[in-house]
Amino acid sequence: MSSKITRRQFAASAAAGAAIVAGTAPFNIIRAQPKTLKIGSIHPRSGFQAQLGIACQRGIDIAPRVLKQLGIAAEVEIMNADTESNVDVARARAEKLINDGANVLIGAFDSGQSAAIAQVAEQKGVPYIINVAAAPQITEQGYKFVFRNFPTAPMLVGDGLNLMKGVFEKSGITPKTAVFMHVNDTFGQSMAGAIKAMAPRFNLPFQIVETIAYDPQAKDLSVEIAKAKATGAEMLMPVTRLNDAILMVREMVKQRWEPKIVMSPGAPGFYEGQFYKTLGKFSNYMITNVPWYNPRSSITQKLLDEFTKSYKGELFELNVGFSFEAVMVAVDAYNRAKSTDGKALADAIRQTKIDNHVMAGGSLQFDAKGQNVNIKSVTLQNLDQRPKVVLPLDIAEDNLLLPLPSWSKR
Amino acid sequence: MPTELVLTVALQGILTGLVYGLMALGLSVIFGVVRVVNFAHGEMMTIASYGAIVAFAAWHIDPLVAMVPIAVILFAIGYAMQALLINPFINRPEHSQFILLAAVAIIMVNGLLMIFGPDARNVLVDYSLDSIEIGPLLVDKVRVITAAMALAITAVLFAFFKLSHTGKAIRACADNHLGALVVGLNVKQLYALTFGIGSACVGAAGAMMTLLIDTTPNIGPVFTLQAFVIVIIGGLGSMPGALLGGVLIGLSEAMSGLFFAPSAKTMFGVAILILVLLFRPQGLLGRKA
Repeated sequence: MSSKITRRQFAASAAAGAAIVAGTAPFNIIRAQPKTLKIGSIHPRSGFQAQLGIACQRGIDIAPRVLKQLGIAAEVEIMNADTESNVDVARARAEKLINDGANVLIGAFDSGQSAAIAQVAEQKGVPYIINVAAAPQITEQGYKFVFRNFPTAPMLVGDGLNLMKGVFEKSGITPKTAVFMHVNDTFGQSMAGAIKAMAPRFNLPFQIVETIAYDPQAKDLSVEIAKAKATGAEMLMPVTRLNDAILMVREMVKQRWEPKIVMSPGAPGFYEGQFYKTLGKFSNYMITNVPWYNPRSSITQKLLDEFTKSYKGELFELNVGFSFEAVMVAVDAYNRAKSTDGKALADAIRQTKIDNHVMAGGSLQFDAKGQNVNIKSVTLQNLDQRPKVVLPLDIAEDNLLLPLPSWSKR
Repeated sequence: MPTELVLTVALQGILTGLVYGLMALGLSVIFGVVRVVNFAHGEMMTIASYGAIVAFAAWHIDPLVAMVPIAVILFAIGYAMQALLINPFINRPEHSQFILLAAVAIIMVNGLLMIFGPDARNVLVDYSLDSIEIGPLLVDKVRVITAAMALAITAVLFAFFKLSHTGKAIRACADNHLGALVVGLNVKQLYALTFGIGSACVGAAGAMMTLLIDTTPNIGPVFTLQAFVIVIIGGLGSMPGALLGGVLIGLSEAMSGLFFAPSAKTMFGVAILILVLLFRPQGLLGRKA
């Protein structure tokens, strides 16, 4: 008897096999409901934005412990990815996180990287909660799975310009001229665009006499500061990241440029831990109008306690607060949706309303575009080598001190 | 635009360019003699920078003092690299040499990341934020000191190659490899010595750079590229060419930042490179092949 399989026998066996597989397939659908929410945390943890990405990561890492203390319990698994401060890497890592099973993405500190991740999240139907990134276009594209718990550049600028008037009024110093210096990346350009469009509406008392854009990876800002100094402006209005903020102040000291006020309309840099560590006494008196944590909130106190216990000597700042809140939003939505399905989670996030939270402003909730419009900025001034709220007065921690004292008298 | 502003910026650019020149000098010396392009050049400089940062953090040694032992250590590393790693590749195709040194560069970057992490580090000495007044001009003191050191090191190196027996022997190897072998020179040892000298230059430049810029492990490839641009403009293998290329890049960065957009600085440096490649491919002070 021949052991060969004929074509007919093969076809019959294949058909029978297919029928068995097809017949049993529906039973595979019945699975246990997933008990763990997998959160993909994606930040620049190496490269030129590493320090800021690491600050965000700290907020994410301690979030499950703090939420447990608050009684907002859920099984959470944090999956980490490093964007290497690079847009293309961010896109690739977001895809990998989703392929590896992430139910929600949180990130990514930088607008360019966040925009790239948003495209991937939308395409794959996985909710993406932006913790820090201000470029307005990200939430202006009709995305259904993208949410942002951070102000857009126009919101930052609007609040920042409004608070400027308060600073002038409180200090009695009103500059007539200003230089606007900004980092030339997605965030810096968004801020520059917003300032250009919105400044006329605010009737600001000063005229911007020079706008200077510089490379985000600049190793030296001597030319930029020389140019700014030559204008003789009374105020410097910078939009920086961290490293360039340090370079900027260092160069101001070297070139002995002493404007009356240095006030950021809403950008990182001046209030970062590394800024104080590197510049010491020269870090003082810089002003930033920026969204900040509400020191009166009970959740802020719990988060602060856990942060201080976990990261001794590190500065608790807005990146930590917003990153924590992003996890809070995801867990809250998961508890309501009782599902890790992307659409169910996105629908639940859209219904979010958290009144008691960390950052200053109203309830944490999202509009139809996925944007939290209730966030409010405060005026921070660096005093005693740490950021202190000086305006609004009802939550102020210290008094505003202006004009900037001379570099040589510090 | 005020004249003082233009002069200040131009002077700052020239001073920065001299330090760039010292950085590129090592690459030029190595290529001029060994005919191997060191793709780990910037990474070796970053190692030197971290050496200076550690010396300052642990013992408060000024980078300008730490520069000497760091240059000696980099000399030893360079000598060992050439003797043990690169010499076996000397007669292999150029792409093999390229891959070898690119791999060394990647290992160095990742090693630094593992040891020091991604945070930017710097050295802040007493005079870091001081300036010198020259008439109406205000010039960064650190730049003046580092540029003077760069010039002095280049002069010593120039004298070594022109006047010493070993320097002449190295030049003989560069001019006529076969002839050097015929007269009994130990070419492989001289190659290792040259790689060591080039690395020592990088060591000195790396230590000085900590006074000018913040250091991160990822900064190495940026410096490798910049060193390449400088030596190609100045002429591969030409010592004065490296210095001239450095000054041209420093000056072009400064002036383009002043007259055009600061964010277009790199573009102007690369534009000079393209012009040189088009009209004088051997570099401004290079010899025709």
